[in-house]
Amino acid sequence: MSALAQVSDMEDHHEDHGHHVKQTFVTKYIFSYDHKMISKQYMITGIVMGVIGILMSLLFRLQLAWPDHKFTIYEVFLGKWATDGVMDPNIYLALVTIHGTIMVFFVLTAGLSGTFSNLLIPLQIGARDMASGFLNMMSFWLFFISAAIMTMSLFVEAGPASAGWTIYPPLSALPQAIPGSGAGMTLWLISLAIFIASSLLGSLNFIVTILNLRTKGMSMTRMPLTVWSFLVTAMVGLVSFPVLFSAALMLIMDRSFGTSFFLSDIYIAGEVLHHQGGSPVLFEHLFWFLGHPEVYIVILPAMGIVSEILATNSRKPIFGYRAMVASLLSIAFLSTIVWGHHMFVSGMNPFLGSVFTFTTLLIAIPSAVKAFNWITTIWRGNIQMNVAMLWAIGFVSTFITGGLTGIVVGDSALDINVHDTYFVVAHFHLVMGVSAAYGFLAGIYHWFPKMFEGRLMNKKLGYIHFWITAIGAYGIFFPMHFVGLAGLPRRYYTNTEFPYFDDLADINVVMTVFAIITISAQFIFLYNFIHSMFFGKMGPKNPWNATTLEWTTEHKHIHGNWAGAIPHVYRWAYDYSKLNKDETDYVIAGQDFIPQNVPLMDNEDETEH
Amino acid sequence: MTVFLVILVILLFGVAVWQMNRIFQLARIKSTGFEDIATAKDNNEQGYLMIAFLIFIYVITGVSFYLWSGTLLPEAASEHGGEIDNLMLITMILIFVVGIFTQALLHYFAFVYRGNKPRKALFYADNDKLEFIWTIIPVITLAGLIIYGLFTWTDIMNVDRDDDPLIIELYAKQFAWDARYGGNDNTLGEANVRLIEGINILGLDPADPNAQDDKIVKELHLPVGRRVLFKIRSQDVLHSVYMPHFRAQMNSVPGMITQFAFTPTITTEEMRQTDHIQKKVKNINEIRAEKSKELAAKGEEPLDPYEFDYLLLCNKICGVSHYNMQMKIIVESEEDYNAWLAEQPTFAEQLKR
Repeated sequence: MSALAQVSDMEDHHEDHGHHVKQTFVTKYIFSYDHKMISKQYMITGIVMGVIGILMSLLFRLQLAWPDHKFTIYEVFLGKWATDGVMDPNIYLALVTIHGTIMVFFVLTAGLSGTFSNLLIPLQIGARDMASGFLNMMSFWLFFISAAIMTMSLFVEAGPASAGWTIYPPLSALPQAIPGSGAGMTLWLISLAIFIASSLLGSLNFIVTILNLRTKGMSMTRMPLTVWSFLVTAMVGLVSFPVLFSAALMLIMDRSFGTSFFLSDIYIAGEVLHHQGGSPVLFEHLFWFLGHPEVYIVILPAMGIVSEILATNSRKPIFGYRAMVASLLSIAFLSTIVWGHHMFVSGMNPFLGSVFTFTTLLIAIPSAVKAFNWITTIWRGNIQMNVAMLWAIGFVSTFITGGLTGIVVGDSALDINVHDTYFVVAHFHLVMGVSAAYGFLAGIYHWFPKMFEGRLMNKKLGYIHFWITAIGAYGIFFPMHFVGLAGLPRRYYTNTEFPYFDDLADINVVMTVFAIITISAQFIFLYNFIHSMFFGKMGPKNPWNATTLEWTTEHKHIHGNWAGAIPHVYRWAYDYSKLNKDETDYVIAGQDFIPQNVPLMDNEDETEH
Repeated sequence: MTVFLVILVILLFGVAVWQMNRIFQLARIKSTGFEDIATAKDNNEQGYLMIAFLIFIYVITGVSFYLWSGTLLPEAASEHGGEIDNLMLITMILIFVVGIFTQALLHYFAFVYRGNKPRKALFYADNDKLEFIWTIIPVITLAGLIIYGLFTWTDIMNVDRDDDPLIIELYAKQFAWDARYGGNDNTLGEANVRLIEGINILGLDPADPNAQDDKIVKELHLPVGRRVLFKIRSQDVLHSVYMPHFRAQMNSVPGMITQFAFTPTITTEEMRQTDHIQKKVKNINEIRAEKSKELAAKGEEPLDPYEFDYLLLCNKICGVSHYNMQMKIIVESEEDYNAWLAEQPTFAEQLKR
């Protein structure tokens, strides 16, 4: 059966969608099959987890800046872990561990990819919903359960997991080594196992949907870059997440059933353990086999979103569409063979280090192509400074700054001295943390009207939010490079034990002050987000004059997305400011964009897409 | 009863707010507006802010260097460290040139091409030549960096036993370091955690003849100019041997022996006399003096003045006192080193005691 016949099948099928059975509260808002609702569920869960994760960073930033000071705020949030306002070193480690876990997995993976893949894949490829609505619902609820378990683990008697977000054994395997490796770590592992199941269900669904449910005319080379990035992200997740699952499983076995996958020759708390023959280095390999692709799982959707927003608001086609797709694919491929650059000084064979240096620095090439293409995209544009556009430009800026220091940490010889120092912390926060967060925010500001039936977020508050955050993020992470180059290791509760680092105290204060300002600015966003959900101004149907299909739907959400037939596609997603044959005006006079569902006109030149 | 009434009032108040909300919403739903889409005025203002932001990035870079370059590590105190510093310098220059240039382009374009009514964007979708250029330039630059980096890395990591390096074991446990010298035969005795007992804290094999003259110490002394090969062990969890002044780092892994070798080139005494360290120590002591004043006012012990020493830090999260797992390193002349080592008891002597 041809794809065409499938499409017409679907069109027949949709006719009964208009008069749908009245949905109950439960089927509409809780166990919804509708991708638009699931996307909102992901977004709101992601934002709630984000608030928790970011507030944690506030607590440990205060501790780092003023280690001798007693803060009542510690007692309020941490209770018994901060008697008299002095933070317990154990809970400091727990805070950094859970901050990392929440931000990487729950906010920037599920929050970002979950939200926008779900919202945009069906809408942008012209499908009525995901291939399997049920799997999609399962995927969200598994994610929700794993988020709930992770949150619950914060209240465990001996404290939550505190072996760092990378949970290297033996520290994570032995409760004798650190209290957080008891019940807290058990819950952490269970939560992550469920998270992986959720992620795999989601990824499978995304891939199948993109490959099979594109509307007539939507060839792969006409897909918007957002959809391309979601496809590639889902493939990377599918390849790498199962490996983390196996690592987690083996760690559970070592912890609870006495196996020795990762443990050997250990003398702790006055006795020799029976474990023999395992290797922590094996765990590091398994962990980073996911862990490194993971950072691309985080950044690729942000790249797609940014490409789309830059083109739309510059009123220009994205520069080098094919190169953008090719670089997405090559980044995805390379991302699975560079994990060893986290392990240059782990004790693995130095020759492996050479290989991983080589592959790692190769990744800089497609990344550079992307950065230059984005810059060329805004060159000679007619830039509409919508809030989403500012975040997109901010993304390119932090991605360049953070990406460049990757040349340092990716080079095995240079990594020797900066490995596990604050230099690395600064590097990955800029390149993946801050950048991906900017992508997330850009997406929210841009597609908010699509999510909340036409309502726009407040522009003025958006501008204020952006500028404070943009300045604050550099204010936190630029000085942090110096702390790292001064030789200060990360995950230190305080550095007052080393008089040598006493002169770093004021840098720490500067970073914390910027952090407080930046975090406060996020409340402007939260207010704007919640307020606009209910009272935002209704915008026009296609507020940003974009070409993609999601803007051809009505404000009102219906199951099946389009009340009538699914629109067909006749052109790529980037016909912005295209001139007619005589170059006297745009192809459609007075309108600088041609939506994808408009057939080719007589007065235009055909492009390759 | 009053509790019930209070709850009822709160509930009713809630319902009232909700209803008012709905009315408010229904009244506003028709208001379609373009206020929240960027206007020509917004484009203009935000365009200028982009330039301001570019200036901000440059300023924060400059200010950071001005304020904090004194906190950075001093020159490398090891032979291979110079190579690393050289590579770092080249990489940093590259990073700054590329960073300054691309940030300028990005923000300048955002400013110049800020939207206004009469402007028409250029339909510019592709240019193979341009894209080839900015693919090939990174390829060439990175090839250079990779080759330089790999040569340096191989030089550092290849340990040649023919150099007759001094062999020292670094032994990690929560939360302290021990060092073991091979003694007169420069050979370490066999050891295993299963042999740890009483005074034999490193689990040496008492039957191994090579172990008899081993010397276990709490302070690391290194003779200047002699190549040192560190054999690294851990008894419990992962730790990392980090000696930033020597540009040296290697994890210590339970169940295996890892290694790292370098040649110290600057003695502790010489390092204390360098300009960079003198300035740094002076600055640190000013900070400490000020803190001491505060402490004295509260009736607490003042801080000791600080004197520079090389450090070995733990750089892999290892538990609650990870932040205070350190060992002092002293680099000294061959004679001083020999004199110090002669004073240390051997393992056999320790066992007899």
